[in-house]
Amino acid sequence: MKASLTLGKVSSFLGLGFFTTLKDLFTGKLEKEDFKNLLRKFIVPLASILLFFLLWHLGAKSLYNIEAEYKIEKALQDQGQAAADALTACIASGESSCQPNTLPSPSQVWDSFQSLLRDHNIISADKAAFVEKTAALNAKRVAAGKDAIVYTGRPSFVDQIFRSLQTVFAGFLLALFIAVPLGIFIGLSPTLKSAFNWFIQIFKPVSPVVWYLLVFMIVKTLLIGSTDDSSFTISFISVGLCSMWATLVNTAMGVSTVDKDYINVAKVLKLGTFQKIFKVVLPSSLPLIFTGLKITLSVAWMVLIAIELLAQSPGLGLFVWEEFQNGANDSNAKIIVAMFVIGIIGFLLDRLMLTIQNWVSFDKQDAI
Amino acid sequence: MAYLELNNIYKTYGQGDSETEVLSNINLKIEEGEFVAIVGFTGSGKTTLVNLINGLLKPTSGEVLFKGQPVSGTSHERGVIFQNYSLLPWLTVEQNVLMAVKEAFPKREKAVWKRKAAHYIDMVSLTPAINKLPKELSGGMRQRVAVARALSMKPDMIIMDEPLGALDALTRGNLQDQILNIWGKDKRTALLITNDVDEGIYMADRIIPLRPGPNATLGPEFKIDLDRPRDKTEMNDSESFKKTRNAIIEYLMDIGNERKSEAKEEFILPDLTPKDFVNQFR
Repeated sequence: MKASLTLGKVSSFLGLGFFTTLKDLFTGKLEKEDFKNLLRKFIVPLASILLFFLLWHLGAKSLYNIEAEYKIEKALQDQGQAAADALTACIASGESSCQPNTLPSPSQVWDSFQSLLRDHNIISADKAAFVEKTAALNAKRVAAGKDAIVYTGRPSFVDQIFRSLQTVFAGFLLALFIAVPLGIFIGLSPTLKSAFNWFIQIFKPVSPVVWYLLVFMIVKTLLIGSTDDSSFTISFISVGLCSMWATLVNTAMGVSTVDKDYINVAKVLKLGTFQKIFKVVLPSSLPLIFTGLKITLSVAWMVLIAIELLAQSPGLGLFVWEEFQNGANDSNAKIIVAMFVIGIIGFLLDRLMLTIQNWVSFDKQDAI
Repeated sequence: MAYLELNNIYKTYGQGDSETEVLSNINLKIEEGEFVAIVGFTGSGKTTLVNLINGLLKPTSGEVLFKGQPVSGTSHERGVIFQNYSLLPWLTVEQNVLMAVKEAFPKREKAVWKRKAAHYIDMVSLTPAINKLPKELSGGMRQRVAVARALSMKPDMIIMDEPLGALDALTRGNLQDQILNIWGKDKRTALLITNDVDEGIYMADRIIPLRPGPNATLGPEFKIDLDRPRDKTEMNDSESFKKTRNAIIEYLMDIGNERKSEAKEEFILPDLTPKDFVNQFR
């Protein structure tokens, strides 16, 4: 009983309420009136997912045909009948060198996903072998005061995902540590608010690309003479600066619009300034601050791809860019895999924040 | 010298052309240990008056004297019970009360604070709900927490701004008794603001009507000389109660009529008769 209760709570917390209904279906507890619920929460989404894949499949197929016909037509015009026939045969045989380059079908994407996983296994095994091989040597080098030899092979797709997550969390923390305290000060003091207002209004809409360039200019000079790879530093700072505005504005707003009743209570109890801020103002603005943080995290994840691409930081952004430049026959499929991975991770991050937000809000209705 | 004295209080909001006078020429004296009720219509400036006394607002002119000293800002000596409970929703019942206790007695130990808080929570019989959040409580329970919070600071005077206004009749009667009980124990000075004449008569020694704003001012006072403890059912039969009650209600009604007759503009209704749908479709 307790376990099922927890499952129900967890799944509804994560916005996956249909799990509970699904479980009832299998345990035979499903009542007739639950059927409508099941239909709405499970069957309809499932049907829409299937429809999506069907449309994608058909769309990809027709795009493939358009591209193939165009290629054959061109071969016919430029090189004559023999070349066109050879090309037709080549395309029909599935030979990878002559496949039309267009939107990949769902099955191609699935194959690419599996090949990326295989690639990851190979690279991990390679890495493990390398560590084993160099263990004795590295121990000696460290003892002699030299740097250990590290694996410098290319990162796998999974490594790149983790690199992206690291960048986004570092950027998110930076945004948190800048925007929340600053927001509190701005919210508390109308003077500071008018001092900072122009700054917020002007820098808020600046594009991630420009933020990257700005951070690049500064960090490049600050790290002058250093041989370390600064791409991670530059990208996480850019992500942080780019995404912190929602938190800044929400915190300032939450702090400056505390319910008059709470302020009156603080006055009647004669709370000191410090007590007033920490016991009344901050708790009452927590829901708004967390709404801001939630937006910040999703913005951070969204701009990350563009910034990694520019900063050449080996994460998902760079992966997408390299695959596009690569132009191998499965590059397009890999880009779509990356798209889904980015989307799913973004969704999970959003749910994570929503869960934390629900947990800190004193009034559950406040959480959106 | 009275315990609380209001001398020629005027309070205006806004500036220049939009300036409106909410309270004008308020004079009030409350003696130590007295229970005074101010009865008035909604929007007559009752809350403004309360906030002037507890120090949240400053009068435009005139002075508020508490124990002979002019009031400047809030003080722990005057406990306030707000109309809308004003509990902090992220704190439990105990934490809400503890917050007040800590402020009123800053130099005690934690155990003393906890004991004091528990004592006052027990006084309003909320001990079983001590660890609950305000949203888990009913309106009456919330207001009792607010009462406990105000009392826990050991104020010399307790100011209640329509404390029972949002409650249903049964809870209301119950809480009136509880407040009277607590008041009876150490006879603190009390000021009750209410819109319910019966509540005023049941609880107070004196009732003062507040003539409706703008330019609200206090009317003539009505003494309630019923013996305490008062009994609601007995009271309803008492001649003196009926007389006082009628007098106050009459006075308030007169003010209401006065205001109505002040409205000079006359609205002429158009001469229309409703269309006869019933016969049309027969």
